[in-house]
Amino acid sequence: MTGRLGFDMRATGSDGSGDAPGPPEPLPPDARVDLARAEAESRIGQVLDALDGELVGLVPVKTRIREIAALLLVDRLRARYGLGTAPPNLHMCFTGSPGTGKTTVATRLAELLHRLGYLRQGHLVAVTRDDLVGQYVGHTAPKTKEVLKRAMGGVLFIDEAYYLYRAENERDYGQESIEILLQMMENHRDDLVVVLAGYRDRMDSFFASNPGMSSRIAHHIDFPDYTVEELEAIGALMLRRDGYVLAPRTEPVFRDYLERRRRRPRFANARSVRNALERARLRHAARLLAEGGEVGREELSTLRPEDFLASSVFTDTALSRNERI
Amino acid sequence: MRITQGTFSYLPELTDGEISAQIAYALGNGWPCSVEFTDDPHPRNAYWEMWGLPMFDLRDPAGVLHEINECRRAYPDHYVRLNAYDAGYGRQTTALSFIVHRPAAEPGFRLDRTETADRRVRYRMHPYALDRPAGERYRAR
Repeated sequence: MTGRLGFDMRATGSDGSGDAPGPPEPLPPDARVDLARAEAESRIGQVLDALDGELVGLVPVKTRIREIAALLLVDRLRARYGLGTAPPNLHMCFTGSPGTGKTTVATRLAELLHRLGYLRQGHLVAVTRDDLVGQYVGHTAPKTKEVLKRAMGGVLFIDEAYYLYRAENERDYGQESIEILLQMMENHRDDLVVVLAGYRDRMDSFFASNPGMSSRIAHHIDFPDYTVEELEAIGALMLRRDGYVLAPRTEPVFRDYLERRRRRPRFANARSVRNALERARLRHAARLLAEGGEVGREELSTLRPEDFLASSVFTDTALSRNERI
Repeated sequence: MRITQGTFSYLPELTDGEISAQIAYALGNGWPCSVEFTDDPHPRNAYWEMWGLPMFDLRDPAGVLHEINECRRAYPDHYVRLNAYDAGYGRQTTALSFIVHRPAAEPGFRLDRTETADRRVRYRMHPYALDRPAGERYRAR
């Protein structure tokens, strides 16, 4: 093929570039843009509203996510005026007690960043130490890289990230994984958002021993524990989703249950509420079968006080016992 | 001589953006991608070296492009190609394969004429690059 054109060939390289439209002309400096319309066009309102409606409490988290959404929207408008900005660093760290909604918020975040055009795909890849760290020499790097490639275009959610680093064993492969992670977080900032999650105190010691990781994460978001009222609202949301209602007499019992359960060890916020409701459903079903006779829609969907009162939270006052409720 | 193999071989070199678009098309069809390299691009050499394992479960072209760039960096004097494999029943074969990187200088091939028994003539295609040991074939002299 020495300069001779083959059959059906074109002389110039217009083939590849012809179908991709170039960037639109920048707006003139004196143009005005309607912020409300830009916001409506990006449809972020839906995600933020869903965040507000489906997640109870978590005010600091929601505030931060709103701020990030605003920043990305403004950045997009700035780009239309030709004002260049470096893509913001959106790697995050979620700290909080178990069951405070870290994973749920990460999923929403992926969707939100996708709508704002920051992420191309907007999927969430949730991993733990096992998925990143190998078992023998030379196993860790390919494993970590594979996970990172899978997460590109979306959010990589590393649950209980502090297990990556084991201070007591300096030959642990976790350190290798952390190094690759750091390198990719830096070089592929616009392809990938990394979210680390874990309990507050252990994350703090993890960052203390990995200062490079701490400084590459721009947003450290703390998830507060839920109050009893918030837990009640969460329970109500879960019940509504599953098609159950509490009998009026059950509501104070449920509140009392939550207050007692909160004081017991291994309380896991929303997850404990879910487990409590699961067990109440079990007792409800068993009770219906034991009573026999005919049932209607109301009986099938109403939880009565005895479904909760049978719990060991009410009968057993010893705090040291395991969670057998 | 510019070697033409695989899809798009008669087009000008694809840019990274165009390669990304092709990868996105492959991933959109559910074809896992893999990167291979060689310094023996004879048309009958089907088995190129694998650059890592095929990449499964990817959603975004950035991961594949990252591996292509890593391979280019490690083997600047080799040919690098991208394969996309269609595992669907009835096909189960490479669905898309094209060269994404080539050495700066490509000396090309010559035809060797050999006379065998009964005055029959056989031709064989000989890449000039093959005169040098593997690994240095396309390195600039």
